[in-house]
Amino acid sequence: MKFDTVIIGGGLSGLTCGIQLAEQGITCAIVSSGQSAIHFFSGSFDLLGKVEGREVTNPLESIKMLPPSHPYQRVGHHNVERLAGEVPRLLARAGLHFSGMAEKNHFVLTPMGTMKPTWLTLEDFTCFEQNGELPWKRATVLNFKGFLDFHTLFIKDGLTRYGVEVQTRDIAMKQFEAIRRNPSEMRSSNIAKVFDAGDALNQFAEKVNELTEDADVVILPAVFGLFNTTVTADLKARVKKPVVLLPALPPSTPGIRSQILLRQRFQELGGTYLLGDIVQEGEFKEGRLQNITTANHGDIKLEADHFVLASGSFYSKGIVAGPDKLYDPIFGLDIDGESDRSQWFDKQLFNDQPFMHYGVKADEHFRALLNGQPIENLYVAGSVLGGANPLKEGSGAGICMVTALHVAEQILQ
Amino acid sequence: MKKQQNKPFNISDNNFEQCVKCTVCTVYCPVVQVNPDYPGPKQAGPDGERLRLKDPNFFDEEALKLCLNCKRCEVACPSGVKIGDVIQAARIKYSRKRPKLRDSIMANTDLVGTVASAFAPIVNTTVALKPVRQIMDKVLKIDHHRIFPKYSGEKFETWYRKHAAAQQQGFSKYVSYFHGCYVNYNFPQLGKDLVKIMNAAGYGVDLLEKEKCCGVALISNGLIKQATKQARQNVRALRKSILQNGAPVVSTSSTCTFTIRDEYPHLLGVKNDDVRDQTELATRFLFRLIDSGELKLVFKKDYTTRVAYHTPCHMEKLGWSIYSTSLLRMIPGLKLVQLESQCCGIAGTYGFKKENYETAQGVGQPLFTQIENTDVDYIVTDCETCKWQIEMSTSGKVKNPISILAEALDVEATQKLWQK
Ligand SMILES: Cc1cc2nc3c(=O)[nH]c(=O)nc-3n(C[C@H](O)[C@H](O)[C@H](O)COP(=O)(O)OP(=O)(O)OC[C@H]3O[C@@H](n4cnc5c(N)ncnc54)[C@H](O)[C@@H]3O)c2cc1C
Ligand code: SF4
Ligand code: SF4
Repeated sequence: MKFDTVIIGGGLSGLTCGIQLAEQGITCAIVSSGQSAIHFFSGSFDLLGKVEGREVTNPLESIKMLPPSHPYQRVGHHNVERLAGEVPRLLARAGLHFSGMAEKNHFVLTPMGTMKPTWLTLEDFTCFEQNGELPWKRATVLNFKGFLDFHTLFIKDGLTRYGVEVQTRDIAMKQFEAIRRNPSEMRSSNIAKVFDAGDALNQFAEKVNELTEDADVVILPAVFGLFNTTVTADLKARVKKPVVLLPALPPSTPGIRSQILLRQRFQELGGTYLLGDIVQEGEFKEGRLQNITTANHGDIKLEADHFVLASGSFYSKGIVAGPDKLYDPIFGLDIDGESDRSQWFDKQLFNDQPFMHYGVKADEHFRALLNGQPIENLYVAGSVLGGANPLKEGSGAGICMVTALHVAEQILQ
Repeated sequence: MKKQQNKPFNISDNNFEQCVKCTVCTVYCPVVQVNPDYPGPKQAGPDGERLRLKDPNFFDEEALKLCLNCKRCEVACPSGVKIGDVIQAARIKYSRKRPKLRDSIMANTDLVGTVASAFAPIVNTTVALKPVRQIMDKVLKIDHHRIFPKYSGEKFETWYRKHAAAQQQGFSKYVSYFHGCYVNYNFPQLGKDLVKIMNAAGYGVDLLEKEKCCGVALISNGLIKQATKQARQNVRALRKSILQNGAPVVSTSSTCTFTIRDEYPHLLGVKNDDVRDQTELATRFLFRLIDSGELKLVFKKDYTTRVAYHTPCHMEKLGWSIYSTSLLRMIPGLKLVQLESQCCGIAGTYGFKKENYETAQGVGQPLFTQIENTDVDYIVTDCETCKWQIEMSTSGKVKNPISILAEALDVEATQKLWQK
């Protein structure tokens, strides 16, 4: 089966790359063994939040302080600036509206009631210009009775420190009784499905209005609009006070919606999305990847002029840690990281963990290396790349999207 | 170039130890969407399995019965857990209940089909009668809304022997056709279409020696002994065709194909490694021939139609809808719309049961809405039970991709290309 480009991994980087290529008329297939890390998405995409322990104001400036091996440095400042500018437009074409810009981080409230700097925030959520200046005196934090994935007391503690007077309340409705029977299954996506389906939103909004008459703002878990894209806007229209949504524990409702909209955009552009299939191996000839074999397609191999490896980090098994080595389970590509297990971890949990920097090695054009030699037509994008600690830096989505677009440009050249 | 791989040990075949509790499976389970009584794949699958291994009394028959075995949870799981298999295997291992009379009747497609075909006109009119459907509803708990697939007077096998067997001589290459119960008893035309296409492509079509129902309904209704017996017999027949006669096996039903390839080894413990790769859907078989340049299909110049493809759950799991849609796209006069892949809710005999009717229709609703909003001549799909469900629940008419190909194919022109 022949495509112009085959992308391995259907998460944020695979889909970004696929959409960009498909928009230019390239015939693409994405193979993904399962759903991706976007299902855990907080609602904001980070470009760069921290460098050397200090909060970043202008990510585009601070990128220059990163080590030369960092993916941003390797993409280059000018390219990062240009590509980061393209990202919100690409997302908007998929129906995902974000605010924010690469020149200046804004702030969002976290589920801990603290504020953190970020790059792009989905329209469901609320952005703040400054850290620590909240425009309210009294806030009411509402939760669903029995919902354990939203911690109202953390939020209360956090907001109190910012000088806000906080009340917490639970809401019970008969529509949620059935899912409450099994406390471990009362998850955000189950609540979201109830709102997706029908009339619960009206009644819910009425209750919210009753409970929040003397508040300046209503804080709720982000459990609105899973398959139905209009629920959040409906809610905000019906509640009289300003509504601020905060992420609940995963699976993330806005994250799942984002994944679905990106996937649909890719398919509407003519892309082929093969979900639930594992890429097992590849056939190389004279420094080029000829084809790949997948579990579902067996002897019918997927051929392409270009391949992109966007298989994610440890969580998605893009790289795997064995007892005594790190490896890429598909091709056995060169790994940027220590082979000595004792070097993987820092015993201080909150220190910069070495293993977080590990990933597949790539050359200056982001082509994968195998035994020190670049594979001419196999590019690497997203969190499978080494050289960064997205968690510490607050750079996860940024690295994914910028490298995915950069790789798409290499292919289009 | 040797890959460096570490295979984890002590991981079971269905990978349930790999579950990281992310709940992604539950997001995509169509039953959870509509029936709050169902605990969802994570709870019914890997979580429940941990408890059941400790104490079989944790097995909750009534809850696990609600699973459609659609495997959409498996397709979504980022950790490769075979959640559907975990649930079905638990039902097999722990269920102490004897299947109901109704379930045995519906599961025994071969027996019922043989009798019904013989009395087709009577059966078709009778089961269509309102009072009869009310009795079936009350006594057998088969929902009265259900319209039964019509039985054909002449079985496909009978037609094949009378009208097709002789023409199959003299080909240099053969396939064996696993026709399944639906083609045999309800809709022989699909089998005729398959024979027409394969013959045009230069392949003679044999039948398998003593084909039995694939057993999917026996498995879902708990008739495991009988299912295993039929599976063994089918695998014997596959071996004879594939290994002795060199004839690969093709089918026109995604569910039969999936059951034979994957449910036999995973749920029934019937090994099929030596024949699995050469047992596949006819659309995949044809695609491979065309993709590798061995075959070219020529289509009629004046054929035009607009169709929408619906991905059956087992097709989603196999990952093979691309073969069917790629073939359809080769037809110059055909316009194809790809429907968003969603479960239709029927899941074989599941939706026929009175207690499941509401869930089945609720599950299917988003698909039905999509179909009603799509302006096409036909819905095309590879599964016969999806066809019944869609035709009962929407205004759409449903065809198998093989039937569309057969209509559009210029048989003579196609044959000329390889006869030269
Ligand atoms: C839990 C979590 C939460 C995060 N939250 C945020 C956030 O809120 N904001 C932010 O900016 N960043 C966040 N990040 C960081 C970053 O955004 C994510 O890591 C990013 O979504 C990763 O995208 P990706 O496409 O590189 O990889 P993934 O999303 O991991 O996708 C990789 C895909 O490849 C598939 N795959 C792997 N191997 C194979 C194979 N052999 N064959 C076929 N397919 C294969 C996997 O199934 C998976 O779907 C988070 C990361 C994690 C892990
Ligand atoms: S999706 Fe897979 S890993 Fe996640 S909870 Fe379900 S079975 Fe477990
Ligand atoms: S097989 Fe289908 S119905 Fe059963 S748990 Fe999985 S997704 Fe749900």
